[in-house]
Amino acid sequence: MPAAGGGRAGPGPLRQRGTRRLQGTPPASPLSPRPPAGRRAALGLVTLLSFASRFHRLPEPPHVCWDETHFGKMGSYYINRTFFFDVHPPLGKMLIGLAGYLSGYDGTFPFQKPGDRYEQHNYMGMRGFCAFLGSCLVPFAYLTVLELSKSLPAALLTAFILIFDTGCITLSQYILLDPILMFFLMGAVLSMVKCNSCADRPFSASWWLWLSLTGVNLAGAMGVKFVGLFVVLLVGLNTINDLWDLLGNLNLSLVTFGKHFLARVLCLILLPLTLYMAMFAVHFAVLNKSGPGDGFFSSAFQSQLIGNNLHNVSIPEQDGYPLSCHCDPYPGGLCRGEGIYTYLHKDLNNLWIIKKHDSDADSSSPVEFVRHGDIIRLEHKETSRNLHSHQHEAPLTRKHFQVTGYGINGTGDSNDFWRIEVVGRRAGRLIKVLRSKIRLTHVATGCILGSSGKTLPKWGWEQVEVTCTPYVKETPNSLWNFEDHINPKLPNISLDVLKPSFVEILLESHMVMIRGNSGLKPKDNEVTSKPWHWPINYQGLRFSGVNETDYRVYLLGNPVVWWLNLFTIGLYLLIAISTAVALKRGVQLTSEHKGELSRVVLCGGGQVALGWLLHYLPFFMMGRVLYFHHYFPAMLFSSMLTGKYWMLGEATWKIARGAFQILDGHFNSSRSFYLFHPLSYGMIGPMASDPSSPMAGLRWMDSWEF
Amino acid sequence: MAAAARRSPLACLEALSLAGTLPLALCGSHSLLGQTFDRMLGFLKNPVVVTAEINLSLVALTVMGLMSRLWGLSYPRAVVFDEVYYGQFVSLYMKRIFFVDDSGPPLGHMLLALGGYLGGFDGNFLWNRIGAEYSMNVPVCSLRFLPALAGALCIPLAYQILVELHFSHCAALGAALLILLENSLITQSRFMLLESILIFFILLAVLSYLKFYNLQRHSSFSGRWCFWLLLTGVACSCAVGVKYMGLFTYMLLLAIAGLHFWHMLGDRTLSNVSLVCHFLARGLALLVIPVAMYLSFFYVHLALLYRSGPHDQIMTSAFQASLEGGLARITQGQPLEVAYGSQITLRNVLGKPMQCWLHSHTNTYPIRYENGRGSSHQQQVTCYPFKDVNNWWIVKDPGMQQLVVSNPPRPVRHGHIVQLVHGITTRYLNTHDVAAPLSPHSQEVSCYIDYNISMPAQNLWRVVKHNILHLKLFISACYLSHCSNSESLLFTFFFQWKILTLKNEDTEHKYSSSALDWITMDTNIAYWLHPTSGAQIHLLGNVCTWASANVAAVVYTCLSLWYLIRRRRKIYDIPEDAWQLWVSAGQICVGGWVVNYLPFFLMEKTLFLYHYLPALTFQILLIPIVLQHLSDHLCRSLLSKSMFSALVVAWFSSVCFAYRTFSPVTYGEPLSVAELKDLRWKDSWNILIRKQGR
Repeated sequence: MPAAGGGRAGPGPLRQRGTRRLQGTPPASPLSPRPPAGRRAALGLVTLLSFASRFHRLPEPPHVCWDETHFGKMGSYYINRTFFFDVHPPLGKMLIGLAGYLSGYDGTFPFQKPGDRYEQHNYMGMRGFCAFLGSCLVPFAYLTVLELSKSLPAALLTAFILIFDTGCITLSQYILLDPILMFFLMGAVLSMVKCNSCADRPFSASWWLWLSLTGVNLAGAMGVKFVGLFVVLLVGLNTINDLWDLLGNLNLSLVTFGKHFLARVLCLILLPLTLYMAMFAVHFAVLNKSGPGDGFFSSAFQSQLIGNNLHNVSIPEQDGYPLSCHCDPYPGGLCRGEGIYTYLHKDLNNLWIIKKHDSDADSSSPVEFVRHGDIIRLEHKETSRNLHSHQHEAPLTRKHFQVTGYGINGTGDSNDFWRIEVVGRRAGRLIKVLRSKIRLTHVATGCILGSSGKTLPKWGWEQVEVTCTPYVKETPNSLWNFEDHINPKLPNISLDVLKPSFVEILLESHMVMIRGNSGLKPKDNEVTSKPWHWPINYQGLRFSGVNETDYRVYLLGNPVVWWLNLFTIGLYLLIAISTAVALKRGVQLTSEHKGELSRVVLCGGGQVALGWLLHYLPFFMMGRVLYFHHYFPAMLFSSMLTGKYWMLGEATWKIARGAFQILDGHFNSSRSFYLFHPLSYGMIGPMASDPSSPMAGLRWMDSWEF
Repeated sequence: MAAAARRSPLACLEALSLAGTLPLALCGSHSLLGQTFDRMLGFLKNPVVVTAEINLSLVALTVMGLMSRLWGLSYPRAVVFDEVYYGQFVSLYMKRIFFVDDSGPPLGHMLLALGGYLGGFDGNFLWNRIGAEYSMNVPVCSLRFLPALAGALCIPLAYQILVELHFSHCAALGAALLILLENSLITQSRFMLLESILIFFILLAVLSYLKFYNLQRHSSFSGRWCFWLLLTGVACSCAVGVKYMGLFTYMLLLAIAGLHFWHMLGDRTLSNVSLVCHFLARGLALLVIPVAMYLSFFYVHLALLYRSGPHDQIMTSAFQASLEGGLARITQGQPLEVAYGSQITLRNVLGKPMQCWLHSHTNTYPIRYENGRGSSHQQQVTCYPFKDVNNWWIVKDPGMQQLVVSNPPRPVRHGHIVQLVHGITTRYLNTHDVAAPLSPHSQEVSCYIDYNISMPAQNLWRVVKHNILHLKLFISACYLSHCSNSESLLFTFFFQWKILTLKNEDTEHKYSSSALDWITMDTNIAYWLHPTSGAQIHLLGNVCTWASANVAAVVYTCLSLWYLIRRRRKIYDIPEDAWQLWVSAGQICVGGWVVNYLPFFLMEKTLFLYHYLPALTFQILLIPIVLQHLSDHLCRSLLSKSMFSALVVAWFSSVCFAYRTFSPVTYGEPLSVAELKDLRWKDSWNILIRKQGR
């Protein structure tokens, strides 16, 4: 059956899990001789150590570290209820804000730049919340590995690897989104694994519980960062596998299968979607005051924000001659001045007067409405120059034409004429404020007014370039709408009629976020972190402090742990391939060994390895700026794989069994943790390149900058 | 074996390439020695006979293909669309001038140049404008011949592929006819462009893999088996060598080969040794040989082009010095080793974002930068992208006062401490603990002015590594950091970096389109327009074929899902062998369409409609497959079968009609304004209509 085999990843695990389900009960593993009491004690110990390591010296350093400047600030915005824009979905920052609010932080600290001292402000609530979630990762990983491998040593090894990883500690100790994201991610994986173990008693209470918890955690992961999409993929693939198994089980009637299918749709699609939308509803309900994020959104949306100049105003609905208007390229940006630039903030220089192309309408004449297809002139109100274009190349985009202000007191030439067209309308229709998306076509050259999205250098006040593009294409860059509209002769309307629906707001905010994310491009020659750096722990991130006297924190994984992980991945690949080939070739094994091998290597290990791949490979294709901390979700998976590998060694090759590796692994990770702990908990004194520093011998790679 | 060979290796090959239906025995090999001996004697008894089976319909298709692609090849006698781009490279090949085309590997350009070489082109033509008339020395016909030939040969290849997929002669005929009547493929083949060559190699690779795979069961490691396996690898590397897009099909074939090998692993009748042999043979033919061939294209490219040209500066200085003219003229007779007292220029080795030389001039750093930081107000040191007299420096021994070269000259060695004196201003290259203008973490580099200054000179540099023409210098941990900054010094409006910011602009084109427009053919490309008459050539597909190809893809996907789910419940709608055929056809055709199409959604370069043509070719092959499947398995009664046939005939005549309708803009026949307006079936098509009185 080549097509079926080619269509899905790894036929081995499916068949295996299918047979397991048929047996009715999961095979009691021969490798779990310890009583549950011992496991509970181990879990307690692991949790305790985890919390101790994450909360140790949490208040240090008492100043803003790295991205705390962003996420702390956004937490404050929630407390102050001012509207802002960020490229990530809102849940993580809302939780930070909530933690701050509950712990008595009043949202007054400005979080201006890294290194600012907190002084009397209460920041511990927010840090403590993040550290709490970060500490939960260890028990989660412990339980996941225990569930997958049924081996206590494997689970303990995973837990200790994570406890003693300096990188995980550092990342959990500050006001960042990563601990929150990883919490939900591991939560989703744990509940998925638990749900798989309940597969023999479907529709039981615990089955429903774990299935819906998976959905809740998925919504959480997606709500913190879009990286959560990868864990959604992982769970999705797992679910498809599951359903495929069920479909192949002829003992199940189609009705039962339909029930299974609907249960998963309900818990894994509808529930997360509802929660995801709910968090946006909360986000927009909480942030009701105008703030720094207004300009990113459409005019209609801005009219809903208290304090925005579009809020509760009433302006004439139809445009007439003459009028003043604010013209606004469809998503955010206004025009200004003699050099024409779009300007992302609003000021008086953004006002233009619409005039007919052939006559100066004086103020006494009756109101005439601007219609689709009319030819107009746009006069800048402050300087009385006309919006003008000609066949000279624009300053940055050389294939486009330059746009300037021309003429004195409104007299210009035929290059000042623009045809105004409403998108999707017929000729002769009236043009409405805010709602009409218009296009301005230059009459003489036939080009279209647009903003190129490039920032002009210093002489252009670092504003956005405006050009006239000769390529007649429909792009958002060439769409504008009327925003401010001043005309005393026209009746005013209230903007409440323009209120966008929640779905529109949701879609718009996602468009803005996606645009923002893809806009985070590395500049030319900027040295950025490359994905291949990450697993080898090539270079860390400075969290705080540069100089010798500063309190320095450096985000770097525990090299022993990370290199062990890397080694295990290679080893896993080798073992998985040889096992798969051996099984395919029908090597003579006892059926017990065979089952054990395929279960551990292909099924359980496959899930974790797939998680690692899904959280790592996509970064190679991303064009945006990447940082070292993007690897940490994948690192969780590779740590679990490491734990599981040792379990495998225990099961199949008895020689490899025993204290040697396990103890050695524990010993190594804790010893190296002792060596490297100053990276997380902070160091003062000379740099490591100086022989007198306590870290002197530890700079094993030249690229480490501590 | 010998007897078989005697029987006519030539006829055998010929028949193979023409018909592919030659009886196996003709070329088959028997290795038993006794039998061989018998036959060796046997040929004396029998006369030498040549039997060839010629598939006339295939011959007819090939002839029709050649006619459709080669007819009136030298019209229009003007530069058409991207010929303006490829023509430059052909000219450079003819003149043997070195160039690097950053958009693709060299095989395609070399093949085009081969056409020019055969036609006796001397390379003297200014390729600057689309629509420019060719001068008499340009052999238009031979320049366009190879792409047209490749385009014509795609038709028999399509036929053969369907035959090898075990579909009926009728389906194969249909596939070939659909390719024959596809206007966009005709247009693209008839000019000096690379897509038709690319598609030819892609189809050839697919066909040879299928032939190889079909031989696998009966005659592994036979001569023909090896031949087709090797041809797969060669065709793949040629496809990649023409355009990097060929990589997608190569990956697909590798994946399919991997999958097939995986199934072989499960075959317990094969021994481990023979499996290893199979694996090694595939590895050699599908990995090693393509890589080696790919490298050889570059070798030939470099061997052909030995004169210095416009792109020298991308390469290292050592390479530039190996070209005739250019840098070699400067370095010729130049001493190899740098000695104290040598006059040198220093070029930044990285050459990114652009190559530049260490440079200084009398201007000084401003006392205070705009952001308030102070500077040393010393003489500026920059990296200048043009050759200039200010780029010259003299190497000086700090222990000596004179600048002259001692006799015998003392060479500068790795680890020596030197000073660098700027030739024109005689100031020393200096660095000190002052922040650099744009990178405050680095130290500023200046030329030391020794009057009115409070800072001590720190002008000793250690030579860390030296080469013929470039030195890399540093003092303690301070690098010459200017070279790696892309912004210019804001105050000195030297235009050195400005070019850089303008270089990344070629992302917009009048006829560029997005990948989504291609499926529905919402876009076209005007290739050429006659200056006076309304004759014009457009890249515009056969509307009917494109639509039916999309329908076929949808039907294939839905049917496959349906079968797959039903099979999972142990309900078998079609016999097992029909299902296998259906799946393997899908792997090639749907797989080929997916891998050649979907990656474009992730690409950020400028996209054109012609990028879709390889994917379209695979999609067209799917149409007859789906049609045959429908008629074989879904039309149960005789009545429905004949109804279906009638529908197919009607549909095919509409394809012919669409081909006839659009052939004027395919071949560039003159058209009146009204006719042109009639051709504009979609508003988004950009058919050029000359407006009167505007």
